[in-house]
Amino acid sequence: MEISGVRRNSKLIIDGALYNVEEAEFTKPGKGRSVYRLRLKNLRDGRVIDRTYRSGESVDEASLNTEEEQYLYHEGDQYIFMNSKTYEQHAISEDLLGIKKNFLKEGMEVIMLMMGDEAIDITLPINIDLKVIDTEMSTKTATITPQMKSSIVETGYSVGTPSFIKVGDVIKIDTRTGNYVERVSTGK
Amino acid sequence: MSEDEQKRLARLESNLKRRALIYEFIRDFFKEQGFLEVETPIRAPAIAPEPFIVPFESEGWFLAASPELHMKRLLAAGYHKIFQFSHCFRKGERGRWHNPEFIMLEWYRQGADYMEIIRDTEKLVTGIAQKLGMKNKIKYRGQEIDVSLPWPRVTVKDAYTKAADWDPVAVNDTERFDMDFVEKVLPRFNKDRPTVLIDYPASQASLARLKVNNPLVAERAEVFIGGLELANAYSELADAKEQAKRFREEIAQIKRERKQQMAMPEKFLEAMVNLSECGGIALGIDRLVMLFCDAASIDDVTAFTEDTV
Repeated sequence: MEISGVRRNSKLIIDGALYNVEEAEFTKPGKGRSVYRLRLKNLRDGRVIDRTYRSGESVDEASLNTEEEQYLYHEGDQYIFMNSKTYEQHAISEDLLGIKKNFLKEGMEVIMLMMGDEAIDITLPINIDLKVIDTEMSTKTATITPQMKSSIVETGYSVGTPSFIKVGDVIKIDTRTGNYVERVSTGK
Repeated sequence: MSEDEQKRLARLESNLKRRALIYEFIRDFFKEQGFLEVETPIRAPAIAPEPFIVPFESEGWFLAASPELHMKRLLAAGYHKIFQFSHCFRKGERGRWHNPEFIMLEWYRQGADYMEIIRDTEKLVTGIAQKLGMKNKIKYRGQEIDVSLPWPRVTVKDAYTKAADWDPVAVNDTERFDMDFVEKVLPRFNKDRPTVLIDYPASQASLARLKVNNPLVAERAEVFIGGLELANAYSELADAKEQAKRFREEIAQIKRERKQQMAMPEKFLEAMVNLSECGGIALGIDRLVMLFCDAASIDDVTAFTEDTV
């Protein structure tokens, strides 16, 4: 594909390795040539590199497909998923999952990105509801700004929440940022 | 209207209000000095041929990539001081600082040179900062920028020698010029001050005149603030024969490299015979507004971009 068609999260093959485009920046000295600066993450070892391209240059787009899979469990730094139709299992390392590893519940459905028969990455819903299993006691001091405290959800992830959150509450978390969004329901 | 659009436009409202305020300040600035606000066509049979600016075609004509030629036809007819906000179109230019349709502010003064136009720009930008209550400090993307006058000037020769170890005035390599600019020169500009880059190599004179005492460079200046390329000023070339020669070369280059046939701007060249010494500038309004709104992207100061139109 032409470099001008590359967007954030495009997947490219460079020197035989698969990269995700983390950032694509178009710059152009007013009267001059277009220059595209890419920040690329190697999807096997997680390393990040910067590359600069001129307008008109071509890059290899990776041919990928997606399938529906279920999260099973994790062992060491490997997270194991299973294709819902073929029961074939695939592992992804902790490094490649990044922040997403914090939101995986056993049996959860995800979209798996595949290159051939290699699992590359998962897509999660933007928001996910998780139950609070532990939280600090709220301090009942009068303050003007709402107090934040840390709460632990069922996947073991620790998140900043308002002080009114209690154990048993279900809260919505933004999987892109890892931030608390709102309380969905209260525990008894 | 989708919920997403409602949210997006609600989020933009404070920036769009500030944008409107900036337009008012700019109009006041020019009208107080006796400038006439003009309007010129967006669609025209011929536009200035630019090797690296790709125009949109429209029923055999072109959408304006800049209002420059028509504004100069007004100058040639004797208009002294004119300014314009105009919609400009450049194909394929899309990114954090670009949208294919954008707003350009251009102004021209009879009898002025590029340095006088840069002084206008300094006064205009610091004046807006003051009216917005910022005094001489603009905070942009976590960086405080001191815009007090005068802004530091640096020649292309000095900037490239220091940052990239070569002199584009002595060596004609426009491709290396552009790449090094993005990768080496721009990142080395002072982050806490504007930079005025002056005296471009003659090969990049475009519509600027060459320096009388040093014809290797053109009287062309560009203004950078907070990493943003804000404006491009010329002492305008007033030699119709020289301009026709440059246009012919550029039209040939465009045909060769881009396979696009550009028309010779004949009416402009005819008028140019009557054009006397003047200075002018094109300033990207969207970027100026970005600067004053501390906005990371042109999408934060434009109600509808290419992706939301």
